[in-house]
Amino acid sequence: MEIFLQQIINGLVQGSVYALVALGYTMVYGILGLINFAHGEVVMTGAMLALSALTALIGWGVSPLLALPVSLMLAMAGCMALGYGIERIAYRPLRHAPRLAPLITAIGVSIVLQNLAMMIWGREYHAFPQLIINRPHLIFGAIINDIQIIIVVMAIGLMAGLMVVVHRTRLGRAMRAVAENQHAAQLMGVDVNRVISITFMIGSALAAVAGLMVSANYGLAHYYMGFLLGLKAFTAAVLGGIGNLRGAMLGGLLLGLIESLGAGYIGDITGGFMGSQYQDVFAFLVLIAVLVFRPSGLLGERLAERA
Amino acid sequence: MSARPVLSLLLAALVLLFSACGKSASDQAAASGDLVVRIGSAAPLTGPLAHMGKDNENGTRMAIDDANAKGIVIGGKKVHFELISEDDQADPKTATIVAQKLVDEKVNGIIGHLNSGTTIPAAKIYSDNGIPQISPSATAVAYTNQGFKTAFRVMANDAQQGDVLGAYAVKNLGAKRIAVIDDRTAYGQGLADEFIKAATAAGGEIVAHEYTSDKSVDFTAVLTAVKGKQPDLLFYGGMDAQGGPMARQIKALALNVKYMMGDGGHTPEFIKLAGDAALGVYASLPGVPLDKMPGGKAFSERFVAKYQPIQLYAPYCYDAVNVMIAAMQKADSAEPARYLPMLAGISYDGITAKIQFDAKGDLKGGTVTLYQVQKGQWQPLETVGAQ
Amino acid sequence: MKNFKFSKRGLLFFLMFVAVLALPFITDALLGRGWVRIVDFAMLYIMLALGLNIVVGYAGLLDLGYIAFFAVGAYCYALTGSPHLALAFPQLFPDGVHLSFWIVLPMAAMLAGGMGVLLGAPTLRLRGDYLAIVTLGFGEIIRIFMNNLNAPVNLTNGPQGISRIDPVRIAGVSLNTTQSVFGITLPSVHLYFYLFLGFAALVAFVSHRLEKSRIGRAWMAIREDEIAASAMGINTRNLKLLAFAMGAMFGGVSGTLFAGFQGFVSPESFSLMESVMVLCMVVLGGMGHIYGVILGGLMLALLPEMLRHSVVPLQQAMFGKVIIDPESLRMLLFGIALIVVMLYRPAGLWPSPVRRRELASDEAAERV
Repeated sequence: MEIFLQQIINGLVQGSVYALVALGYTMVYGILGLINFAHGEVVMTGAMLALSALTALIGWGVSPLLALPVSLMLAMAGCMALGYGIERIAYRPLRHAPRLAPLITAIGVSIVLQNLAMMIWGREYHAFPQLIINRPHLIFGAIINDIQIIIVVMAIGLMAGLMVVVHRTRLGRAMRAVAENQHAAQLMGVDVNRVISITFMIGSALAAVAGLMVSANYGLAHYYMGFLLGLKAFTAAVLGGIGNLRGAMLGGLLLGLIESLGAGYIGDITGGFMGSQYQDVFAFLVLIAVLVFRPSGLLGERLAERA
Repeated sequence: MSARPVLSLLLAALVLLFSACGKSASDQAAASGDLVVRIGSAAPLTGPLAHMGKDNENGTRMAIDDANAKGIVIGGKKVHFELISEDDQADPKTATIVAQKLVDEKVNGIIGHLNSGTTIPAAKIYSDNGIPQISPSATAVAYTNQGFKTAFRVMANDAQQGDVLGAYAVKNLGAKRIAVIDDRTAYGQGLADEFIKAATAAGGEIVAHEYTSDKSVDFTAVLTAVKGKQPDLLFYGGMDAQGGPMARQIKALALNVKYMMGDGGHTPEFIKLAGDAALGVYASLPGVPLDKMPGGKAFSERFVAKYQPIQLYAPYCYDAVNVMIAAMQKADSAEPARYLPMLAGISYDGITAKIQFDAKGDLKGGTVTLYQVQKGQWQPLETVGAQ
Repeated sequence: MKNFKFSKRGLLFFLMFVAVLALPFITDALLGRGWVRIVDFAMLYIMLALGLNIVVGYAGLLDLGYIAFFAVGAYCYALTGSPHLALAFPQLFPDGVHLSFWIVLPMAAMLAGGMGVLLGAPTLRLRGDYLAIVTLGFGEIIRIFMNNLNAPVNLTNGPQGISRIDPVRIAGVSLNTTQSVFGITLPSVHLYFYLFLGFAALVAFVSHRLEKSRIGRAWMAIREDEIAASAMGINTRNLKLLAFAMGAMFGGVSGTLFAGFQGFVSPESFSLMESVMVLCMVVLGGMGHIYGVILGGLMLALLPEMLRHSVVPLQQAMFGKVIIDPESLRMLLFGIALIVVMLYRPAGLWPSPVRRRELASDEAAERV
């Protein structure tokens, strides 16, 4: 029972990490209908920037409690600039191009960011300093520690915050208008380019937060870390219904739970024939099953048949 | 249309690139009348294993610089050794391309590759062209099992190392219930399987065998599954980049086990990444501790001063180059066909071990040393000879 | 006498044909044998790109797991053309299975085609990005199985891969050896070049015939508007499955060739990045246009290698020393090239004339 509960907690934490990243994907997709494949690399950049800022600040003798928020701010600012730049250079000129063209530029951007990061920060794995004392808490024999609690709370909080932005503010209304029909929105006086830029910047700021949290939780940062994380988060976003903020959260949590329960129990279910090496197979099979019955994901709206 | 100038610009760039490709590094030091001997190095210099690859390249480079400084004479001519380093991206297909390129550049010998998955297909090309290859780090048994006369390694293979680790876990550490995790790479899976064989033979019980990947960062799910089986020792077959964070997560989950890795864990990276969870972790490394070998300590000091802390295989690369050069000196020729028989029968005192090859090209009687993290450093515990 | 007059076009084709035949010799003489091997791999990639072009370019189905079919083909030949199966079934096959390449090839193509249908069936209702993630998952599932099926029965040898695969033989002559024909010595890489060239030409020819056939037109109708297509009486389900199957078959064929050529297969060769690469070739070259796709395949297979060979010398020539790490610079330039090409030629480097017209009219409509 303890073990089962621990697996649930593992799944929730891992799922919240996926959800944090998936929110960024879904944000951009919801407005533009474009998969920002470079998002995982933005997360990586965020983690790296935060790490550099932290190391520098602590080196100057700033207290960790101050250094942490400051470096988070710096990382967010850096990522927002990056997100803005990516949109301007790689996506905006292709807004009316064939659908696959921005996909290729996104892949190009990922490769560029990865290699730039390797040039700047080197090839090695960086240990992320442990700043706050990460106390473990016991819940019925299962363990969860401070950072993990922060991650779960943050994922839910950010999702709620984004929902408020999208549904309650003037900017959000503009975003929804752009998502609905860019031309009509423009005619109604919405500055489409500005709205899209802001969307990208918000998504990238989220990525910075996610990057910092991931690095703090696992204690490492690496120029390659964005790839797998981006892929998993994308899977989560699709599972929940891409373009839908609650879907990203739900998809992330679900994927995390599927993975941890899969890794923990496939062996027992199949009598030892298959083990945790098939956890990704398990996750993808669930995804396929969901999409077969709900082709737009769990919470995705049923889009009219549009190409 | 604005497309035409762009296209022509692109074409021009391609032509420029092509013209730059050709025969690049060839005719440099040859003019001075020295005998130029080219040593090829192949390792992943991009991708997740880039830090290891660079380490290999540096180890090889240092041996070559040393040899040049010594002014070695072969066949009556002063020899100038030249390093040709290639990036195989840890990808088998790229490895064969790189191998062919090195063969084209008429290298006299190869130090590489780093991974087993790249070493195996590349070995075929070196063998076809009769060029001796010494891998500093490929441990898969299959590498020397292909029947190629040109394939050697200066590293204990999975079977040799797994043997020592499995027996040590049961006999010296008193493990009875053993859990194993491997990363499903050629290295991790191979070592874990050999470990399981040896541990079972020594009387240990394998209570769990779980899996992760060489790109994962979260191991809580498999570790929790392991916890449910209540083992007293956990063996991880994989590299430092996963092993370090795994150590932290073992501690965070209050999983009370002795934690053990193979040579992939024996790095300064591991201690850095594991943080305070590194204390008491066991790992192995083929050969004898550097400090105990003549010239070993000097090597590590010089290496650190010149490059960066030794990641893992740099000393083996250094040895591999020196063994190769020793064979050339013995044959008094750098021709692959001439010095190859000398290489097969050589006995050389390296900085990692006394190097002799068996009929397959494996290290004869490969010794393995066990280490433990104490006071933030890997401390040697015991050196065990494989039977 | 009129018949003997070469048309300009015919002459051009003849010259190109001769140039292609001489390519390995020219490359070998100018750049070295390593480049012949690179060109060999480029031929394999062209085959893959042409296969994927059927799925993505003609039928408009975004497939991010295409490399799985390549893997299926490669493993088919690896299992049936190497000593490996002796490990799993020592009684049944004491020396492993050593079927002829020419027997395995059609089997592998059929099997890969079957897998294509298997992938296609559950994804018929999905479109665009949803299809992309499911195909991506499919590719990963295949790779994971290959990586793990070494236990309980050692079928694929897991991550260790399968080595010592038999070379391709033509009429008893192994392509792994140097041969001489009419006094011309042909090293192994040259022999494989002609083999791959032949297959690539075949795949291109079949693609061309498909494009011009009823089936091809139906695929393009589905690509442009699925509902309209089905209203016109096109059986979209069967045609989509057919596209998956055809594409997969070509992938399987090139995988089989790859296994014979390299002599070693392991799951690392079939990662997601490879699928992405092949997709880049198709899109960058010009989706749905055979010449464009061939160009894309050639460029993306050769570009990273060209950069590998030129980054260091160029830096040395310009600055006198190596300033930036050549490997990361190489990949960096590759990434930049992908972006720049797409920005200036969003329909690909060499789009089909039809596609270009459509785009132009789209733009015109946009401006109205």
